[in-house]
Amino acid sequence: MFELIFFSLLNGIVTGLLLFMLASGLTLIFSMMGVLNFAHASFYMLGAYLAYTISIYMGFWVGLIVAPILVGLIGAVVERYGLRYVHRWGHVAELIFTFGLAFLIEEVVQFIWGKDTKAYLEPEVLQFPLFTFFGQNFPAYKAFMLLISIAIFVMLLLILTKSRVGLIIQAAIHKPNMTAMLGHNVPLVFMGVFGVGCALAGVAGVIAGPALGTFPGMAVVLGSIVFVIVVIGGLGSLTGAFVASLIIGLLQTFAIALDYSVNDLLTALNISFDADSALRDLWSLSLPQVAPILPYLLLVLVLIFRPTGLFGNRET
Amino acid sequence: MKSIILASAVVSAISAFSAQAADTIKIAFIDPLSGPFAATGTNGLREFEFAADTLVNAKGGVLGGQQFVIVPFDNKISPKESLVQLKRAIGEGIQYIAQGNSSGVANALTDAIKKHNKRNPDKPVLFLNYSAVDPALTNAKCNFWHFRFDANADIKMNALTDVIAQEDGIKKIYLIGQDYSFGKAVAAAAVKFLGEKRPDIEIVGNELHPIGKVKDFTPYATKIRASGADAVITGNWGADMVGLGKAIGDTGLDVPIYTYYAAKNGITKTIGASGKNKIRLVHEGNDNPPLNEEITAYYTGFKAKYPDMDITQYRIANTVGMLADAMEKAGSSDPVAVAKALEGMEFKTLNGDILTMRAEDHQAIQPIRISVHTDENVTFDADNSGFGLVTESTVTAADSALPSTCKMDRPS
Repeated sequence: MFELIFFSLLNGIVTGLLLFMLASGLTLIFSMMGVLNFAHASFYMLGAYLAYTISIYMGFWVGLIVAPILVGLIGAVVERYGLRYVHRWGHVAELIFTFGLAFLIEEVVQFIWGKDTKAYLEPEVLQFPLFTFFGQNFPAYKAFMLLISIAIFVMLLLILTKSRVGLIIQAAIHKPNMTAMLGHNVPLVFMGVFGVGCALAGVAGVIAGPALGTFPGMAVVLGSIVFVIVVIGGLGSLTGAFVASLIIGLLQTFAIALDYSVNDLLTALNISFDADSALRDLWSLSLPQVAPILPYLLLVLVLIFRPTGLFGNRET
Repeated sequence: MKSIILASAVVSAISAFSAQAADTIKIAFIDPLSGPFAATGTNGLREFEFAADTLVNAKGGVLGGQQFVIVPFDNKISPKESLVQLKRAIGEGIQYIAQGNSSGVANALTDAIKKHNKRNPDKPVLFLNYSAVDPALTNAKCNFWHFRFDANADIKMNALTDVIAQEDGIKKIYLIGQDYSFGKAVAAAAVKFLGEKRPDIEIVGNELHPIGKVKDFTPYATKIRASGADAVITGNWGADMVGLGKAIGDTGLDVPIYTYYAAKNGITKTIGASGKNKIRLVHEGNDNPPLNEEITAYYTGFKAKYPDMDITQYRIANTVGMLADAMEKAGSSDPVAVAKALEGMEFKTLNGDILTMRAEDHQAIQPIRISVHTDENVTFDADNSGFGLVTESTVTAADSALPSTCKMDRPS
């Protein structure tokens, strides 16, 4: 049991931090521009595929640096020549634009790379178990994912809170008009943030590709969960996104690890139902089976009890 | 004068078109061509086209020169979307429907086709199920219009458990699968056959996970490891198999994994060395060693045309070949006559196996093989990776056959 809890904790943190890398970019974009970028997970996929191609010719490490930059540039171009143009028709048009973009990117990826799973693998220096505990390995690559995610969180936090760029970004998030009046080029800041947000998704893709598989459906699998994190964490709050990512990562991992059902709970409470009651299917559902819907349940609860999100300080 | 010439030109154009239309027999291919399972679907489509071209069209077609045409329809693996595509196919006058990926889809299609044929007896449709292996399709839910060319999940599990039963070292087994009809059928069959053949084996886990929605299989692998299992049985396919195989490898769990679909479409390459001699797969085909020149030529021909793909399902060649034979035998392309010709028909596959389409439930009875994932003695590798499947044991057609509970109504 202790083995299960220990590894679930580790796995949950790894998943959570990976989700954070995706969510951090999205929350920046969402809070600044008010655009829920539906194509965010597609940039994540793009990062994985670009890094896969680069890694064939120049190795994993070059991919780790170059692929996110490429994704960031693509993101910046999308903002400059797509979103900014569409913006004049309001938020709905922007939303639909990013929605369409997600489909477009998926088709382009399938067109260029094909539909099968790509053998994008971890770099060989990291292909060893970091430690073995109760006979179970913890791959070094997972530890590497963990470190990169934490480094990015610390770096983002420092930039946003300590640097001048961060000051302007923070200002543009909360009072865009005032920031523009003070002579800052807000559209340029928007473009930069969108690009950096996409690049962050790209990094997540580069390091998640080898661990979670590189296939055309990888964006769809992660797409909706990132929005849940951004909303639970609260608009404009990086810390919120960080905490929400960890909560969701741990929630899902532990839900899978613990084989309890509603029935067990009822038995523990000394409540029993007729074995052929119509609701039998409902209360025999086990925790692993409902694991995928738990984040959405949490989302509903947060929206009911704390509409601004856990750390949000601004109404949408 | 001019108008007469024009009119005759139009008439001849129309008659030429209808003559051409009469020269073809269309087969609708309804399977995922986008989404997480697109790779599996697309590979199947290419195999169908290749089989139709080389086994039928290149040899002069059927019924005095009619050519097979495969018409693709993307169902996005959704049963609902499949019914829309089925309507489209029927609307285009297509009377042969091929589908295989997902028993959930096959269950929806077989119901819809049965209903359609009841309402439109003059324009019936035949369902060629080349891969959906939910046993119910040839048992409780069987009907005259459905033919299955793959061995069903029970038959495959019967063969798989025969092999497991001989492994004395296995005391604890973990079952994991996708949460839908097929995954449940695999788990039920495993519990049943293991209980009969090796009652001493403890089933330490019987888990179903959402299909195509799991981001990371590591939590499942952790659970399998913690359960102390000596072996894993899974029916996972597509991206779900890659994820599970990788996660199990990452935790350092060194136990055999008995599977249905853990090869090709990128899976073999991704699993690579980490699954060597560990992954065993049950299937109706045979990759290595190649059994004769005919299958070698077919394989090489396919590889020459599609260097990035593999023959993933030999049964597709059987489906196309048997359909052509049945049409010749019936002397017509009318689905009812063809279905009657298919019943009880014997067919020699490219591998040299004898396949019988059992009349009572329309289940193909054929030899079943268990292969191991390895890079030794591999003539035809998968995913151009150097790794491939080498046959370890074969269960004969007679031994693989299981009784059916099918009660079929036949058109008079």
